[in-house]
Amino acid sequence: MADKNTNKPENNGQVADPSRRNFVKNSGIAVGGVAGGALLGGLFTSQFGKKDDKKSSSGADKKPEKRYEEARMFFTRFADFAILEQATERIFPEDKNGPGAIGLGVPYFIDKQLAGPYGNNVKDYRQGPFTNGNGTAADSSLNRGEIIINGLRKMSDESMKRFDAKFDDASEEQQTEILKDFEADKVQLKGISSKAFFKLLRTLTLEGAYCDPLYGGNRDMEGWKMKEYPGSIASYANMIEEKEFIKMDQISLTDYQPK
Amino acid sequence: MAKMLPKTDVVIVGSGWAGGIAAAELSKKGYKVVGLERGKAQVREDFIGSKDELRYDSRKVMFQDLSKETLTIRNTTDEVASPNRSNDTNAINGTDTGGSGVHWNGMVYRWLPTDFEMLSKTVEKYGKDMIPKDMTVQDWGIKYDALEPYYDKFEKATGISGEPDPLRPGQRSSDYPTPPQKETEIIRTFTKAAKELGYHPYRIASANLSEAYTNPDGETINGCVYCAFCEAFGCDFGAKADPIATVLATASKTGNYELRNNAYAVRVVHENGKATGIKYVDTETGEEFIQPADLVVVSGFVFSNTRLMLLSEIGKPYNPKDGTGVIGKNLTAHQRNLTHTRVRGFFDEKKFNRYAGTGALGVTMDDFNVEQLDHTKLDFLHGFCLRTSQRGDRPISNNHVPEGTPSWGPEFKEKSLFYANRRIDVQQQNGALPWRENYMDLDPTYRDVFGDPLLRVTSKFHDQDRNIVKYAHQRSKELLEQMGADYITVPDINEDTEFDKTSLSDHTGGGVIMGENPETSAVNNYSQVWDMDNLFVVGASSFPHLGSSNPTATVGTLAYRATEGMIKVLENGGQLIQDGKETAAAK
Ligand SMILES: Cc1cc2nc3c(=O)[nH]c(=O)nc-3n(C[C@H](O)[C@H](O)[C@H](O)COP(=O)(O)OP(=O)(O)OC[C@H]3O[C@@H](n4cnc5c(N)ncnc54)[C@H](O)[C@@H]3O)c2cc1C
Ligand code: SF4
Repeated sequence: MADKNTNKPENNGQVADPSRRNFVKNSGIAVGGVAGGALLGGLFTSQFGKKDDKKSSSGADKKPEKRYEEARMFFTRFADFAILEQATERIFPEDKNGPGAIGLGVPYFIDKQLAGPYGNNVKDYRQGPFTNGNGTAADSSLNRGEIIINGLRKMSDESMKRFDAKFDDASEEQQTEILKDFEADKVQLKGISSKAFFKLLRTLTLEGAYCDPLYGGNRDMEGWKMKEYPGSIASYANMIEEKEFIKMDQISLTDYQPK
Repeated sequence: MAKMLPKTDVVIVGSGWAGGIAAAELSKKGYKVVGLERGKAQVREDFIGSKDELRYDSRKVMFQDLSKETLTIRNTTDEVASPNRSNDTNAINGTDTGGSGVHWNGMVYRWLPTDFEMLSKTVEKYGKDMIPKDMTVQDWGIKYDALEPYYDKFEKATGISGEPDPLRPGQRSSDYPTPPQKETEIIRTFTKAAKELGYHPYRIASANLSEAYTNPDGETINGCVYCAFCEAFGCDFGAKADPIATVLATASKTGNYELRNNAYAVRVVHENGKATGIKYVDTETGEEFIQPADLVVVSGFVFSNTRLMLLSEIGKPYNPKDGTGVIGKNLTAHQRNLTHTRVRGFFDEKKFNRYAGTGALGVTMDDFNVEQLDHTKLDFLHGFCLRTSQRGDRPISNNHVPEGTPSWGPEFKEKSLFYANRRIDVQQQNGALPWRENYMDLDPTYRDVFGDPLLRVTSKFHDQDRNIVKYAHQRSKELLEQMGADYITVPDINEDTEFDKTSLSDHTGGGVIMGENPETSAVNNYSQVWDMDNLFVVGASSFPHLGSSNPTATVGTLAYRATEGMIKVLENGGQLIQDGKETAAAK
């Protein structure tokens, strides 16, 4: 299958004509009308003015940038975070296509999510009695942050018990074995099923791999590049009818949102 | 003590399509209208630059805040219901100005003439025995031909882009206001295969407009740019017909409409069989108010409509044991783990531009819809449309892999990347018919933030529901084979497949249903409450069952008709369908 996994070379770098003139013509938007000139101006100057900005592409010659946002705001113990790193990497591993969860910043993404409203179930119904109705993370009387901590620590206990090694020191096969048992609901956890915990962990991992980089995951848009997903493109009006696949450069919200 | 406000002509709960249409039509006529919307204010500018899958699609920020209120759900009457605690699994309800109409996909279908006479047409064609014992199917008290002008009106207000269904000649009084959207390779592939199999595909009518359009009220909707952030998002470009761009704008322009946000309606206030106003809580200050009005409109979607009727003790609650009463009756839904499933075809050699699209970009066909089928040969009633749509795949929510592939780890990663753009899905949307014990009432245990009981849903699948979907999946599979898919994944629907209680769906109907008389329905065909002449309950709550496609055109249609009735009542008062009351009384 591997040989089919690349784009046709002739399509490389091909993008839809992004010129403002064409876009306006095709979209039927009257500039200054309902959508407003500010929108179009903002979108197009920032989106296409930064083409040569080498900082946002991932060349081999790139100097590693200092990432000030990568410090823990939710996890207090480093030991818990180390388990999270390994567990997410098993779910979404590095391979020939590109980086895995760790390389994409997924563990820091999860740390930020759990520190915020999602980790605290702010928009969920939280009145009791809790009956663990559908066995989802929201049905637990624990919040999502507590569920993740409890689950990770349980994974560590299992690893010590089975392999006499901390989870993050265990082999990849051993780590995978433990995750599979959690997924299959073979481990007892307090307050939630191990299956529901695993499901939450998997969901968070994929979110971190593919979210807009503004959340700290999908570092350098590498998740999108692997998937040939273009991101926040303003308009596909010029290419939507094409028969052949069109590979585009990625656009993040940093470049898309007008000031 | 709730503070009494100065009286107005009309008070409307909700600012979605149903409430918005009522607001526009009444304020244009010169009536003073107050709208109450539980969610925050929002305008077009809020949607600009909002192409953020995590925030809008995964975290569902435009949907109802369940920390205040939710549903409780069970399958059968002997179970204890548990609350639907989060929007993670399936968000359903809109909140904020414009309601769900802001973050809908914009697929627009007219339901079939048979839908409105489901009971009599089935009996006429197949005899009484064809109807299963516990199926509470009934007629709507109005026929398609009488509703056609209102469908037309809704389509013109929204500028819908489409082409006629070849299997329904003569059912439209005019063409769609704008032509279909552009055609993609996915649409071409589906259309070709469907035609080769002898079917009649046509383009899904869309509220994502193919070109700029100005509606009869003078509101302009832009042409869609196929940006692929439609469902669960507001439109960045003002190109999706939504209540903010259309009916609410029209209402505001008159100077007669005042929309109050963060105003949570908690009761319909009434006295001596007459509605006198709405009691609501200002959620920013916690204060309670009563907004008195001559005419009261409840249009907060199925769940709020039913709950407000029950909490306000208007109409007789439905009793599933003996079938008496009406409020809460005939709950139906296009349910997420049954009707909303998809048959997925994976292609090794073909790559589509799946990342591009719009909410309603697609192709559909009615060759298996209720009127095209001979049900004596089948183990279900009603029928379904088959379609494919290209909404623009976003990477968090689209990680589909052929059957047998693990859902994480190295093989999952490799294949989810490989197949990301090599897929066509076929979806059926089928008629959902009502059952005696699928209904809504007030929950005995769980309460909302204001201390009121939550709405309890009791709903289970029957063989009919599963059979229709299983049959549709096989037809979808044949279509994908014709398209040349290398792997086809058919969802596993077996006799154990049950409503999974995660929540219902954005296509839900019933609770305050319309019909021919007050014994079998809560409202007449103007959505006027039989028992309270100056109270109108508008929206999908009126549906005695769900048709085989998306509901909103029918919601809009009934709302346009309802406002005609409201104007008559404001002018002359009284019950608009006196016959219905008399027939019931005579029995
Ligand atoms: C993601 C999604 C995609 C959809 N796609 C399609 C589609 O493609 N085609 C289609 O036909 N349909 C679609 N729908 C369904 C469509 O959105 C609804 O049918 C339609 O919006 C219903 O309109 P409504 O006015 O009855 O209700 P709503 O839009 O739900 O409006 C009700 C309003 O009332 C307010 N409200 C409720 N209770 C109270 C209260 N107690 N006090 C004050 N305010 C209250 C709510 O906040 C809301 O704003 C979709 C829905 C969703 C969620
Ligand atoms: S796809 Fe079209 S209608 Fe939908 S949000 Fe984008 S521009 Fe608006």
